Amino acid sequence: MTQTDFVKLVMPFKDKVFRLAKRLLVSNEEAEDATQEILMKLWRNKLKISDYKNVEAFSMTMTKNFCLDRLKSKQAQNLKIVHSNYQDNNTSLQSQVENRDSVDWVSKIIEELPEQQKIILQLRDIEEYDYEEIAKVVDMNPTAIRVALSRARKTIREKLTNTHSYGVK
Amino acid sequence: MVLNSIEKLLEKYDNGETSLREEQQLKEYFAQDNVAPHLESYKVMFQYFNTTKQELYTKDVPLKPKKNFKYQWISVAAVAVLMLGIFIPKMGGDKEIVTFASLTEEEREVYFQTKEALAMLSSNFNKGTSSLSVLSDNFNQGASSFNALGLASESFKVGAEKASYVNELGNTTNKFLKNTKENN
Repeated sequence: MTQTDFVKLVMPFKDKVFRLAKRLLVSNEEAEDATQEILMKLWRNKLKISDYKNVEAFSMTMTKNFCLDRLKSKQAQNLKIVHSNYQDNNTSLQSQVENRDSVDWVSKIIEELPEQQKIILQLRDIEEYDYEEIAKVVDMNPTAIRVALSRARKTIREKLTNTHSYGVK
Repeated sequence: MVLNSIEKLLEKYDNGETSLREEQQLKEYFAQDNVAPHLESYKVMFQYFNTTKQELYTKDVPLKPKKNFKYQWISVAAVAVLMLGIFIPKMGGDKEIVTFASLTEEEREVYFQTKEALAMLSSNFNKGTSSLSVLSDNFNQGASSFNALGLASESFKVGAEKASYVNELGNTTNKFLKNTKENN
């Protein structure tokens, strides 16, 4: 497999790998490093790649595992800076930049979800995978995936309506 | 009408029961501007999904093709051989520059001794060749005298022939004399 073949193979899903990494690792730099690492791993095993039926699903699984490992080691090594006691009083200002800010809020809410739900939501609502593909990546049965997805979606909307009093029925 | 079906879809969506096509429908609906006010929270969600989907990985990945170490070492060997090729003749040249003046006393003595010994060897050798040439001269002389002998024997044969002529002449004269005696 030449370099151009490899690039052609990887091109369609490298952004998906990056977005999943960013979803899990949050930081842009971390996600870039993780993506590079994953692509290098694929490149090193390029001879074996042709044996896999679904390279994309395989790469996504790799990304998921890599990022989860990364998070584990990070939590063991470093102190995490968490703004749990941070309170925002500038509600008036916030309402001005409401639209842009609320989109940011969604990402913050997703950040608080459990890892499994994050991955499933990312794969389904952003990358638009079908349930079978998601099942391959996260190694869960479709029913469990649906339940996790439903929970994630409901949590996001609940938090959105709570913080911004959106969707007053 | 539209709102009703959207609301139904949203309920399914919340329960994780929508298909990809239905979700696409929802995304299209929330991409437009006039969304029912009580569905604003969904709009924010779907907007967020759309924007994050456009995020791309732009960094270049340094893909180094696996280097063939065999060929790498061949180039190193080639360089080594080249360097040897350049330096070894120079070292040889340095040795040739040694002059007679730079030799020590002992070395000169050794040099002269060697020269003498070689000269002796060569003179003996010359003697050998000269005696050999003498031998070959003698041999040649022998050969030539042998030739002369051959010549002598030939002339002897000629002489013998001539002598037979003389004999015959004598016989005829004797006969002639006899006849004249009988006639008398």
